[in-house]
Amino acid sequence: MKPKIPERSGASVQVVNNKTPKRISILRYILPVAVITLLLLVWHFVCFFHVFPAYALPSPGDVFKSFKEEIISGRLVTDIIASLWRVAVGFGISVILGIPVGLWLGQHLFARLSFLPVLNFFRFLSPLAWIPFAILWFHIGDKPAIFLVIMATCFPLMLATMTAVATIPSIYFRVAQDYNYKGFELVTRVTLPAVLPQVITSLRVSYGIAWVVIVAAEMVGCQDGLGYGIWIARNGLRLDSAVCYMIIIGLLGMGIDRLLNQLTKLPNIRWGYDR
Amino acid sequence: MIDNHSAKKLVMDHVSHGYGELAVLQNLNLEVSPGEFVVLVGPSGCGKSTLLNLLSGYIKPLSGLVHREGLIRTVYQQDSLFPWLTVAENISMGLIQNKNTAAREQELRKLFELIHLVDFKDHYPHQLSGGMRQRVELARVLAGDSDILLMDEPFSALDYQARLRMRRELIRLLKERPRTVVFVTHDIEEAAQLADRVLVLSNRPASVCRELKINSPRPRDPADEEVVQAMKVILSELGLQA
Repeated sequence: MKPKIPERSGASVQVVNNKTPKRISILRYILPVAVITLLLLVWHFVCFFHVFPAYALPSPGDVFKSFKEEIISGRLVTDIIASLWRVAVGFGISVILGIPVGLWLGQHLFARLSFLPVLNFFRFLSPLAWIPFAILWFHIGDKPAIFLVIMATCFPLMLATMTAVATIPSIYFRVAQDYNYKGFELVTRVTLPAVLPQVITSLRVSYGIAWVVIVAAEMVGCQDGLGYGIWIARNGLRLDSAVCYMIIIGLLGMGIDRLLNQLTKLPNIRWGYDR
Repeated sequence: MIDNHSAKKLVMDHVSHGYGELAVLQNLNLEVSPGEFVVLVGPSGCGKSTLLNLLSGYIKPLSGLVHREGLIRTVYQQDSLFPWLTVAENISMGLIQNKNTAAREQELRKLFELIHLVDFKDHYPHQLSGGMRQRVELARVLAGDSDILLMDEPFSALDYQARLRMRRELIRLLKERPRTVVFVTHDIEEAAQLADRVLVLSNRPASVCRELKINSPRPRDPADEEVVQAMKVILSELGLQA
């Protein structure tokens, strides 16, 4: 057994196994690139041998050309900004609403008993079911899309926060009582920090839902955005353009998830992942 | 002489407690003098923790009176440091009454020197060893104006050697900062090494079945004559002698 020596720099904590970390970090890049190259090759050959008709499956070259067109015309950039804005607003409202309500539910048994069935019902209701209402209530534009993102993410966030509160070791509340933390102070200094690691995990999950929903929402309720881009491409049978939107959607989703993942590296969050 | 932090009394007067049908404590009397180190030992499940909870005021007795003076702080058996706060922030919780920032900083520095963890003040609890964490807990309850320390098997999660070191550490800290201590343990050696007075509790419903004063100066070695003698008495009282 190695003696347990406390880490002086937080960095070395992250090395989990001893298998020459450097080699693994190189492989971390090489292996995915190899897989992507392989997929592109398969794609290329499927097109080359006309497994599908050209209009039904654009070749990598077509998609690349369409990328250039979309960027030059500026349409891609405006669509990206529109989608990011809607997700940011909708997701932001969900966070502002969902986390406090989740904390409240977690701490009050009767609130939990009263609201849990309703919340669970809405969680399992596909947000896309709200599309007709969204359009009737908010017409066309940013609002219906934002509404759908909220409907998709608010309930899971609430429930995850609530469950996280239930798992806080009771010893923390004993200590809080010993040191006279009460009311609002108790929530901000004990309850919230104690659940943050779990809340951040659920932020990542529900952000994933938001990103999926925005594409569907924009197909019906908007005049721009990445989802609308795909819809237009479909109507014009420009699948090369649709694929280039799909690639952007996937890449942006991954990128923002990476950003959210950075939150787990904050020093007062890290403890929740190191145990 | 002892400073006024330890000049506070703790009295239990004919206290009985139970949960539903289950009587846990029966007619228990206990008076802890200022500055005294009282250790409670007893069979597991006999109500030691209930007794501490009554003393701290966390629960109210079904009958009888608990009289306490001064600020009471508890060291728990489990890790009770907040993992989202640094060691320094954890200890500062104990200094919350002190409104003067400069005085607070100074007190914090003194406490770190006292527990020999100056280099670790910006670390988080999960980056420390079990023994270090327990030293931080001690600093947190010693901080500020606490008068009485209640300790609920504080070293039971540590390995034997760390436990021995922590006992010596506790004695050293109490020399620097005298407090009245009520210490619960199932470790008979620990009781004999630390206590001014050992109270052996009976099976549930618990009452004091033996009181034992140990006068030799601390720190005591586990192999000291008095410690060994005390252990023998406690063991026989618990019906555990060979």
